[in-house]
Amino acid sequence: MKEFRIQPIKNGTVIDHIDSGKALKVIKIMGIDENVTSVVSVIMHVPSSKKDFKDIVKVEDRELNPKELKKIALIAPNATINIIRDYEVAKKTKVKPPEKVSGIVRCANPNCITNARTSMETFEPVEPEFTVESTKPLRLRCVYCERELENPEEHLI
Amino acid sequence: MHMLKMKDRDVVSIGDFTVEEIEGIMDYASEMVPIAKGEKKSKVLDGKILSTLFFEPSTRTRLSFESAMLRLGGGVLGFAEPSATSAKKGETLADTIRMAEAYSDVIVLRHPREGAARLAAKFSSKPVINAGDGAGQHPTQTLLDLFTIKSEKGKIGGINVNLMGDLKYGRTVHSLAHALAMFGADLTFTAPKELQMPEHVVKNVKSLGVKPKIESSLEKSISAADVVYVTRIQKERFPDLAEYEKVAGAYRIDMDVLEKAKKDMIIMHPLPRVTEIAPEVDSTPHAKYFTQAFNGVPVRMALLSLVLEVRE
Ligand SMILES: Nc1ncnc2c1ncn2[C@@H]1O[C@H](COP(=O)(O)OP(=O)(O)OP(=O)(O)O)[C@@H](O)[C@H]1O
Ligand SMILES: [Mg+2]
Ligand SMILES: [Zn+2]
Repeated sequence: MKEFRIQPIKNGTVIDHIDSGKALKVIKIMGIDENVTSVVSVIMHVPSSKKDFKDIVKVEDRELNPKELKKIALIAPNATINIIRDYEVAKKTKVKPPEKVSGIVRCANPNCITNARTSMETFEPVEPEFTVESTKPLRLRCVYCERELENPEEHLI
Repeated sequence: MHMLKMKDRDVVSIGDFTVEEIEGIMDYASEMVPIAKGEKKSKVLDGKILSTLFFEPSTRTRLSFESAMLRLGGGVLGFAEPSATSAKKGETLADTIRMAEAYSDVIVLRHPREGAARLAAKFSSKPVINAGDGAGQHPTQTLLDLFTIKSEKGKIGGINVNLMGDLKYGRTVHSLAHALAMFGADLTFTAPKELQMPEHVVKNVKSLGVKPKIESSLEKSISAADVVYVTRIQKERFPDLAEYEKVAGAYRIDMDVLEKAKKDMIIMHPLPRVTEIAPEVDSTPHAKYFTQAFNGVPVRMALLSLVLEVRE
């Protein structure tokens, strides 16, 4: 039997310990789509020592910006970010659970003031903002309309 | 004399206030009653200006705020409906608020969207009072409801309050239930199954240590009540008129229903009422809904003087 291996990356980022099933959401957050130009490996549902199963995403020549990190922390609260330089793990950080969430998810309440548009199609000059009621499971409450946001990960901006 | 410090505080949501603060507001409101009735004169808000920004009409709330300001010697400017505003020309609420902030000392806002008052408070250094934001909060209504119970019954804790009618969509009853639970009132929710109190409100009330009774029969629940808080059941909630009429008939206060009530039970209603309270009830000692409407004035007087920090 032939053995297939994922090619190691020289420089880039490995997002490890993603909650099983969420890898595709991570890819989406990173804006990786059909226009991708570097090597991306998506590994789903692998047995994990820490939890039963996990997903892993490996991206060549790419690091994460703060906004992407905040979004990943929301949907994959156990993720570790490994920066790879010259084939080695140069830096490892765990994502931080957010205390306040602003500007990365939109309120699902269509009548919320943060979703209001004037007749000139402009929004109010505020970022949607949520308080974090719990991280596991993720429960967010809109600072403005005070409604709980059901399925926050479906409302990433 | 008043220890309560509320200078420049926004009044956005009843949840922003502690029981002690609400007690303080109510104490202050009871001192305002003679001025609200015109029996005593006051000039404490002389030279102060209130903006009333009503992006949605609400005669009662607006007039009682204006009355409160004028009774205390202040002035009022504003608009009563959005057709008169720059919102129609594409201005954001944030910009309208910055303008009102420049022209006045305190802002009262009614807006059709939830969260509008919280947003306004962010953009204004002058205090903002929420006079209703869509299906969201209406804290001055909650305060005047609490004040009415307190002044009629002497206390709120331990009082049996029966909220009835449309508990599902009724904006006022959700925050009222929360506030009553904070004070330790006994709660009964009387409504047809399809209009019962939403689960999140029931849970919230339980988390405050109150176990509400869920009832569908007014006949059954009315006898224990010290306060019956009536809300309107709207036709639009029902698929057909016959169904609506059946339900509306079962949740109506009339002389027959009152036979089962305590002698000193009081009836409250946020008004306007339509058919849910029979007109004959108005002349009974149970009827307190007009007193309740009046109470909006002293409560708003208390808030206006507290956030502007002027004391007798
Ligand atoms: N050059 C590389 N190319 C591709 N993936 C790599 C490379 N170096 C490390 N990884 C992957 O990055 C992740 C972290 O690597 P590390 O060697 O720190 O593993 P670990 O000790 O198991 O870490 P952890 O305790 O976070 O699970 C692993 O999933 C590993 O397979
Ligand atoms: Mg490992
Ligand atoms: Zn919202």
